[in-house]
Amino acid sequence: MEQYLSLAVKAIFVENMALAFFLGMCTFLAVSKKISTAIGLGISVTLVQTITVPANNLILTYLLAPGALAWAGFPDVDLTFLGLISYIGVIAAIVQILEMVLDKYFPPLYNALGIFLPLITVNCAILGGSLFMVERDYNFGEASVYGISSGFGWALAITAMAGVREKLKYSDIPDGLQGLGITFISAGLMAMAFMSFSGVNL
Amino acid sequence: MGLRSFFDRIEPNFVHGGKYEKYFPIYEMVESFLFTPKTVTTVAPHARSYIDMKRIMTYVVIATIPCILFGLYNVGLQSNMAIQEFGPSGWRAGLIGALGIGFNPNNPLANMLHGLTYFLPIYIVTLVAGGIWEVVFATVRRHEVNEGFLVTSMLYTLILPASTPLWQVALGISFGVVIGKEVFGGTGKNFLNPALVGRAFLYFAYPAYMSGDTIWTPVDGFSGATALAVTASEGVGQLGAYGITWWDAFIGTIQGCIGETSTLACLIGLGFLLFTKIANYRMVVGCLAGMIGFSLLLNLVGSDTNPAFATPWYWHLVMGGYAFGLVFMVTEPVSGSHTNVGRYIYGALIGFMVVMIRVVNPAFPEGMMLAILFGNVFAPLIDYFVVQANIRRRARRV
Repeated sequence: MEQYLSLAVKAIFVENMALAFFLGMCTFLAVSKKISTAIGLGISVTLVQTITVPANNLILTYLLAPGALAWAGFPDVDLTFLGLISYIGVIAAIVQILEMVLDKYFPPLYNALGIFLPLITVNCAILGGSLFMVERDYNFGEASVYGISSGFGWALAITAMAGVREKLKYSDIPDGLQGLGITFISAGLMAMAFMSFSGVNL
Repeated sequence: MGLRSFFDRIEPNFVHGGKYEKYFPIYEMVESFLFTPKTVTTVAPHARSYIDMKRIMTYVVIATIPCILFGLYNVGLQSNMAIQEFGPSGWRAGLIGALGIGFNPNNPLANMLHGLTYFLPIYIVTLVAGGIWEVVFATVRRHEVNEGFLVTSMLYTLILPASTPLWQVALGISFGVVIGKEVFGGTGKNFLNPALVGRAFLYFAYPAYMSGDTIWTPVDGFSGATALAVTASEGVGQLGAYGITWWDAFIGTIQGCIGETSTLACLIGLGFLLFTKIANYRMVVGCLAGMIGFSLLLNLVGSDTNPAFATPWYWHLVMGGYAFGLVFMVTEPVSGSHTNVGRYIYGALIGFMVVMIRVVNPAFPEGMMLAILFGNVFAPLIDYFVVQANIRRRARRV
């Protein structure tokens, strides 16, 4: 239990997807103008991340890893070279399914998320989550915890960013820096504040 | 009123259409520094108050005076004590020797003067380097240089170690002023505290000059752990072995950054700021509650491997930059939360974070600077949720 808790804290704060690894930057910068949409996007990223990381973990363990196909009678087949493409495929498929489910059963949430839901397919934080899972040899339990907490960490970062940007609406930013320029600077300064966690050993 | 008439005589050169129109910000800066600004609100709504920006900023600078005075004394005291052992070195020692003041740590005047030889160069470099950026931005962007920079420069000087090389001082304040404040449009428009941005920049860019055992007392050959470093590595019970009592830490005769060692001096400043209502008591209360609550919790939980868990809250209060940050940084109105409920939460978040960083994070023995920056990042979000909760509550009442 304790190892799951420390993994969660690590994934949310110490190794924050957005502010420590700078993953998922395109959506992080583009969809952080308003807090309410940022929260919606954060929730959907968390949701997708929660599903895809364990799903990819299962695929890795039972299909791709060396010797994983022993159950089908191919004990010495190594399919890890197919990893990248299968993870992307899984992510795209799951986002599609999620979109249809939301459309059918939760239309208000579906309408609120709008274009962001399909955009999540190409969000590098999602693929990054799966690749970190492979690199760090997480088992299924760890992968589930890592999925939900890394997604939550990203959601936390984008919500804070949206808060800062709503505040910056009242600022007097030089012409050349308006829009993305000042957002990059703010993201960098926020990352500096998040450095307070770097070095925490759990 | 010779000075006033001099200003009145040269003013036409600087106003719109004048010969030196471009340099109006510089004229305005000098004038409003010397006289009360004449500008008043001309469009509705009108709120009458004596508190204008000049008054707020000046009061904060006044509140730092106890910290400055004690900082001068303490830097000199620590250096003079180390000099007894290692002998004088450097141009400062030469200057003091030439003046015939001596290095007696029991002589408060000698300590003050020795401290001044460290404080003044840093402060002057801060004012010049930061001031140049202020004037450049004010001239190009046609806004005014205001007293906010006096506060930033003073706080920045007080949170540096006395041994900081002067080129780093200039670099740090440049980063703080330009990236921390001016790219957002100047005083009141930033979302992080500019003094802390500069300090944090130096901390991450030049860790060797900003942390460790040798930097706090600026004497060659001297090395001594700070109270926080001892607590982090050996536990608070061992402080006695280093000759640090709680009263030492409270009064401030311990090693540390120039102006932040003395909790007493900070509390005098806090009293002044609370009395004049410049500082909001809610942030102070929240920050104290967060710090005390979380450190009590950690005391209860305990740890076999990490002695810092056992640090009681009254030690957290007096060590490192907690008191200074609490008084001058947490209460800063621009980068903090703006709603009353939010101020409590914002303070509590910082209080929680500072204990978290000090105790749980082995990389940094001190956490006040980063905790405040972290709080600044989340302050707008806290406000948002407070406002939303209020909207929902009132909607239900209809």
